[in-house]
Amino acid sequence: MEAAAVRTPQPAIACRGLVKRFADVVAVDGLDLTVSPGECFGLLGPNGAGKTTTIEILEGLTKPDAGEVTILGRHWGTHERELRARLGISLQETRFHDRLTVFETLDLFRSLYPSGRDPELLLSDMSLTEKRNARVGKLSGGQRQRLAVACALAGDPEILFLDEPTTGLDPQSRRELWDLIEGYRAAGRTVLLTTHYMEEAERLCDRVAVVDHGKIIAQGTPSELVARLNAPYIVEFASDPALTPESIRALPGVTDCRQRDSRWFVSVASLVEAVPALLARLDREKAKLLTLSTHQATLEDVFISLTGRELRDE
Amino acid sequence: MSKVHSPLYALTRSRFLEFVRQPEALFWVFGFPIIMSLVLGFAFRDRPPEAIPIGVAGESRSSQLLDALQHSSRVKPERFASIEEGNAALRMGRIALLVEDQHPLVYHYDPTRPDSRIARLEVDDVVQKASGRTDPAPVQDVQVHEKGSRYIDFLLPGLLGLNLLSTGLWGIGFSIVDARMKKTLKLMTATPMRKSEYLLSHMLSRFSLVVLETGVILLFGVLAFGVPVRGSIGLLVLLAFGGGFTFAGLGLLCAARTQTLEGANGVMNLVAIPMWLVSGTFFSADRFPDALQPVIRALPLTALNNALRAVMLEGRGAAAIAGALLVLAVWAAASFGVALKIFRWQ
Repeated sequence: MEAAAVRTPQPAIACRGLVKRFADVVAVDGLDLTVSPGECFGLLGPNGAGKTTTIEILEGLTKPDAGEVTILGRHWGTHERELRARLGISLQETRFHDRLTVFETLDLFRSLYPSGRDPELLLSDMSLTEKRNARVGKLSGGQRQRLAVACALAGDPEILFLDEPTTGLDPQSRRELWDLIEGYRAAGRTVLLTTHYMEEAERLCDRVAVVDHGKIIAQGTPSELVARLNAPYIVEFASDPALTPESIRALPGVTDCRQRDSRWFVSVASLVEAVPALLARLDREKAKLLTLSTHQATLEDVFISLTGRELRDE
Repeated sequence: MSKVHSPLYALTRSRFLEFVRQPEALFWVFGFPIIMSLVLGFAFRDRPPEAIPIGVAGESRSSQLLDALQHSSRVKPERFASIEEGNAALRMGRIALLVEDQHPLVYHYDPTRPDSRIARLEVDDVVQKASGRTDPAPVQDVQVHEKGSRYIDFLLPGLLGLNLLSTGLWGIGFSIVDARMKKTLKLMTATPMRKSEYLLSHMLSRFSLVVLETGVILLFGVLAFGVPVRGSIGLLVLLAFGGGFTFAGLGLLCAARTQTLEGANGVMNLVAIPMWLVSGTFFSADRFPDALQPVIRALPLTALNNALRAVMLEGRGAAAIAGALLVLAVWAAASFGVALKIFRWQ
């Protein structure tokens, strides 16, 4: 990613010091961000973290109270129409007119752009050809979301903004949409998306920024963020009787532990040190091991270690 | 590669399709005014003049008087056994006049009741002629049953105007508030679409329906009630477009900031109901006090209704409706301009 930044000095998206208040709530609290051309960048965070407000400020739909936004080297105040023609935007939970067909809807959006892609080709790219003449009101959630992305792509945009593109979709539809987004990226285009799905960020994004309370609390590639944890592994176990947090923290290389239901999730620096020590400890306390598994830390663990809270899927 | 349309055409076409694919909207546009004109047309249809009920009482010397009265189509005599019974019927309003059959004849009636005074004249006329009166001056009656002066003739142009107002306000208002609630409005503003084009597309999509709805109601009036169209059809079409465009502008304005369908409905009622009442749809606007007339005349529905009546019923030309078109144009321009300024896209 650094190589890409050097190759093209002008970032696709840049903002500095964004602030947005709603009544007495500070939704965005001094946020800086730079996205390079060709990059897929993810804003990751729980609901209410300020992701949607941030992306809508970048999309020029919400005016920030303070801060500066530069998109493709242009500003919203001076080049709105030019930027509109060069960007594709999918909002969170948009509903199209139920009584228009899929093709009519896409054709309408295409006509709003001075240039763009053939709606018929877009429909086949989005696997919607079968539904070409179906009313939008009859579509499934996944089909509707694909139509929303198709509409965002109608003007053949240089940057694609997606606000929680797969929220509420079943795993199958979610994977289909990921394939579509990856296909768009393969042509060297830039994507900015928000999500609260770790799996989505890990699969799609070159870089992610973890957003909490309107601020970016960490950013980097998913693997960088995970590596930045002092404890890149998670040991998950349950025992009878359960161990106390104190005895778990006393194990070698443990940086953190948390309990969900009867299971302990222990962040450790090294599996080869921690697992034998854990087994020895259980043995000493005459506790019976019920389950034991280990995995590499994920963005979910990054988020928890940064905020002390869990991301919610719902 | 499919054809790429201009944004204005594509937006207008979408609006039109959305609208005609709503069966309930079609009912309100076409069915409702026809039902209304049917009901009101029959309620106020023309009837032959009714014979006035009168009573005859007293000692009859002959059946001559009763026979003469019975042959008149203008009065409907009833025989009473006594003067008292006849007077009771008169007091109850069952008869307009009681004839006491003696010599000379006595007419009992209340001169403050107009039908009683007419009965007095009719009965006396019959009695005098039957007694051999000859009128020195020859006269001839020509009875007028002219179409164009009935209530249905007055009503139908008003219903056309009213329908243009209602479909303009609700057809556009609901569609915009719905788009705002679904966030399609916000999504549209994220495209290079010009905002004025979006608003204009709503007004233009009304055009395609204006001709249809006005034509259907007008045709119904002509076929079912023989309502006359004395002026030029071209001027009627022009007025329909003018009205359609103006009320579409008012619809935009009503929906410019409202966030819910209920809110929009309230605002539109606030705009529409006063015009329904004062703009001469169901009865002439001239009945309101003089002080209010300048305001009433400045309202777009008043201008439209008066112009529609001038063309349909009086066969007036373009010069007679130029003022009305100007009033409509001012309202259209002002509504559209203000709506565009204050419109809430999110």
